[in-house]
Amino acid sequence: MHIPDGYLSPSTCAVLYAGAGVGWYEALRRVRLTLATRMVPLISVFAAFSFVLMMFNLPLPGGTTGHALGVTIAAIVLGPSGAILAISIALTIQALFFGDGGITTLGANCFNMAIVGSLVAYAIYRLIANGAAITSRRRVVAAAVAGYLATNAAAFFAAVQFGIQPTLFHDARGVPLYAPYSLGVAIPAMMIGHLAVAGVAEAVIAAGLVAYLQAADPALLRATSGLAGSAELSQPAMPQKSLRKLWSTVALLMLLTPLGILAGGKAWGEWSAAQFARPRGRAAIAAATQNQPVPATAPAGLQRLSTLWTAPIPNYAPQIVKSASFGYLLSAMFGVGLVMAFSLAVQHYLQWRRSAGQSG
Amino acid sequence: MSGRGAIASTLLGLTRALSHALVSEQVARQPGLLQALDPRVRVAGLFALVLAVTLSHRISVVVALFAVAVLLALLSRVSPAMLATRVWLVVLFFTGVIALPAIFLTPGDPIVASPGGTLRITAQGLAAAILLIARVETAVTLTTLLVLTTPWMHILKALRAFHIPQEIVLMLAMTHRYIFLLGETASQMYESRQSRTVGLLDRTSQRRMTARTAGVLLSKSVELSNEVFVAMQSRGFRGDAKVLSEFRMRSWDYLGLAAFLLAGVAAVWIGRS
Repeated sequence: MHIPDGYLSPSTCAVLYAGAGVGWYEALRRVRLTLATRMVPLISVFAAFSFVLMMFNLPLPGGTTGHALGVTIAAIVLGPSGAILAISIALTIQALFFGDGGITTLGANCFNMAIVGSLVAYAIYRLIANGAAITSRRRVVAAAVAGYLATNAAAFFAAVQFGIQPTLFHDARGVPLYAPYSLGVAIPAMMIGHLAVAGVAEAVIAAGLVAYLQAADPALLRATSGLAGSAELSQPAMPQKSLRKLWSTVALLMLLTPLGILAGGKAWGEWSAAQFARPRGRAAIAAATQNQPVPATAPAGLQRLSTLWTAPIPNYAPQIVKSASFGYLLSAMFGVGLVMAFSLAVQHYLQWRRSAGQSG
Repeated sequence: MSGRGAIASTLLGLTRALSHALVSEQVARQPGLLQALDPRVRVAGLFALVLAVTLSHRISVVVALFAVAVLLALLSRVSPAMLATRVWLVVLFFTGVIALPAIFLTPGDPIVASPGGTLRITAQGLAAAILLIARVETAVTLTTLLVLTTPWMHILKALRAFHIPQEIVLMLAMTHRYIFLLGETASQMYESRQSRTVGLLDRTSQRRMTARTAGVLLSKSVELSNEVFVAMQSRGFRGDAKVLSEFRMRSWDYLGLAAFLLAGVAAVWIGRS
């Protein structure tokens, strides 16, 4: 899956470098926060481990052999940000030192394998292993599925990048200038090998490593386990600085809510049943729907369901408040308050369940 | 595959990677044209040529750049035989396999058609396949020249000049070092396993053995990173890295940089469609 120089056009490479750049920037920022001074040795040694792991020749069911990417175990042990950095560093050394994978395509390779691979592996692993004990069999299955899907997701992205080349980049005679196959050929050609071999290799090694770590070194699985007391390598609680930023943004948005009344007209589709009866309302609906004929009466379903639920604060403004701006602001504060109360309740419930689970 | 097949082939792969690196260090120490240039010029110049290879739309220009790469190799005492075995044949095989069906699959003007007309070679397909192979051969030759003529530490220092964050450069340097250490550790684990294995291992046992070897290596890696961290901390490491840079540009280097850039710009200009 290491795309060499020459297969992708420079503009595709530039776009993918930019995409990878965003991933690298964010991953570096997060890892700096969580690991601080430990980042350099941990990521470096893990990148070296992934590099060596990629050289392991793995006999697969069916008589073939394959090589794993190592991205899944990196995502499971380090979390997605650490995995993005470690695999990107391993890929950079492969390109710059061993000439495996191109220089112009390094952004594309890191985007596909390090970023897409890590994020998919992490998401699938967390989804399936959610709440399972560290030594649970479910974690082994989760690692296998995560490895299989992450490798195939990365391969699919690479296949799409190959497949768009002949359509976008060809000369006047129709000669494809880079990878010559269209999506219809590139996707099956790329996916068959990854669905049958590379994905299986990654699944086998990820599952085998998780099973080994469960028995020999379970502490390494704690960081991304989602279980209580698992913050050793994972991201800490959101730091105060970004929480402050979040609150400032929420406050600003709340203050700006009265701007809503400056916008003329009604939001598209948010017509009330009563508007169909009033001439001004009918005119507004006609104008918003490019003068489609407005039905003579409100649609029966709308008529029937409109009385089903009356919001406690009709039209976002309490009746007692005469000023529209103040009403909007009050509604916004009430809405935000409701959402916060709900999320706090969920958080308390989850914490209570976790502590109950630990004591029980 | 025999019971030792997976072990032996992994061992071979690890040994080959380590020996490639040793050869690079030897070539980099020899006197030659590229070796005489400032590493920053080498990195920037060869990257510029690789970019020119991908930007050029004409086969003739890509072939001319290939000739420049071969000339640079000869002047830098990189033997064409080494390039042929390490780059040209490998690329020809892999890219050739990928490019071959394009000759038949690309729509265009047919040159040769089978009697039934089911298979036909198109001019566009042939041109696309040749262009792809020429491009990949040239780009990989240029990258390999950089790798062969520049010690890894110099490549890293040159990257600093392009404002890559210091932490990233430090991580690249440390990773490179630990690849050799972990590669050797893995080799030793495989060797000892091989020496204890009598008879044939079935595929399931081979898989289990590989996963366990990888697991032991992972535990060792994390343990190693903790030890390295403590060692770094005790020597005053506080998270910020300083990389010394003793490179100094001379007039010869400026001349080299100008030549590289001129060749790159000329190739892109002539090679535009």
